[in-house]
Amino acid sequence: MNSWSSSFYDMLVAEHPNLLTQFKLESGIRSVEERGKLTNVPHGTTVLALKYKDGVIIAGDRMATEGYQVSARRIEKVYRCDDYSAIAISGAAGVCIEMARLLQVELEHYEKIEGVQLTTEGKANKLSQMVKGNLPLAMQGLVVIPIFAGYDVNKGEGRIYKYDITGGKYEETEYHSTGSGGKDARTTLKKLYSPDLSEDKAVMIALEALYDAAEEDIGTGGPDMVRGIFPIVKVINKSGITDIEQAQIEASYRQLINSRRKAIAKEK
Amino acid sequence: MPLPYYVSPEQMMQDKAEYAQKGIAKGRSIIVMEYQDGIFLFADNPSASLNKISEIYDRIAFAGAGKYSEFESLRKAGIRHADIKGFTYSREDVTAKSLANAYSQSLGTMFSQEIKPLEVEILVAEVHDSSDANEIYRISYDGSIYDEKGYTVIGGKADAVKIYLKERYKNDLSLKEVLKLSIDALETTINQKLALENLEVAVLDRKRNGRKFRRIRIEELQALNE
Repeated sequence: MNSWSSSFYDMLVAEHPNLLTQFKLESGIRSVEERGKLTNVPHGTTVLALKYKDGVIIAGDRMATEGYQVSARRIEKVYRCDDYSAIAISGAAGVCIEMARLLQVELEHYEKIEGVQLTTEGKANKLSQMVKGNLPLAMQGLVVIPIFAGYDVNKGEGRIYKYDITGGKYEETEYHSTGSGGKDARTTLKKLYSPDLSEDKAVMIALEALYDAAEEDIGTGGPDMVRGIFPIVKVINKSGITDIEQAQIEASYRQLINSRRKAIAKEK
Repeated sequence: MPLPYYVSPEQMMQDKAEYAQKGIAKGRSIIVMEYQDGIFLFADNPSASLNKISEIYDRIAFAGAGKYSEFESLRKAGIRHADIKGFTYSREDVTAKSLANAYSQSLGTMFSQEIKPLEVEILVAEVHDSSDANEIYRISYDGSIYDEKGYTVIGGKADAVKIYLKERYKNDLSLKEVLKLSIDALETTINQKLALENLEVAVLDRKRNGRKFRRIRIEELQALNE
């Protein structure tokens, strides 16, 4: 290993490749059946991020699916990376969760070795390399599509990055959503988003977008009032990263559902 | 062909030890002490960026005295060891004991096999929820490892500072008190005033969530030292 490197990921690639998910198939995928086996693993679905006046909100539903089956109701898809950033993942859950964990260690490792944190742009670029490293797996059907959101301390604003399977990194200026219900969530975000939202308003929009995605997309989980399972929502701003309390999210959903119920009653 | 000179192993080890000790004695001292909220690390270090004290993992800190380039590479190796272990197993499985053993092995090997031994003395400290469980390991240039309790000192005038602390150290001191005691100990042994700007101070504070390591910056030092 190049001992000048401050990257944990590069060290794993060079010295401990066994710790990374890399399935080397002798001759690649040969049949539809084989591909089916590999892709029939839990998949995470809808995640989103949007900017608000003091920073950025990042959120995701809690369901994982295997084909048409629910494989987990409480999975987490939004992970804190460090004090000023978070990653939300959609795609093959196992590979996604490992990538989120790897990014957490990567950022902390860099900070400890160098004595300073990476810049937001630096973190986003590192994630891009990790997504690119997953390309062989993505070609076999195990896709990872993350959203990276952070508060840029130097610029004093929230930032959102989306990725494609080749590691292509694109900065979004307002909001983004990905996963099976991503398109549905984006429609809601598009209608409700405006610049300089307050935190409460932005959280409400995120919850509403996830609700709409759950209505339209079978892979996305809605608020589960019976079990008390609600989306994970994190707020990142200059004072760091905080989780919105589950009780608050539940209250917001009750309010949202009531107002929708009333709207439908009025139509009748 | 001329035969290589014969040097007895005793002589060789003694020479190496002297060489290493001389290198370490040139540096300034570092004090590590248990206090009521965890472990306190204190170094006289005029550089603000070339650190002698560092975070290794959630509950573990590192301090190095002697040659900067040498303990810096040990520090980085420690962070790599800890991060790989935490990633492979879990965060709770990263322990100071295993790290100190790895350091001891590697310093021991360097000392016996390389021509030039490392001119370093290092400390690995781990804070626990109760003071009794705290761990402080001191590892010297030849790989010897010492399990310390309460306080310990490495670097230049380590013995003199230890003697000073022996009479004055008590359990469960506050942060303010350990800072004062450390400043007094160093000032007395080097016979000159320390400037607060030249201090590198950090704590492993068990009251913090997640990562326990925290640097104490100049503003806070001034407030504590009033």
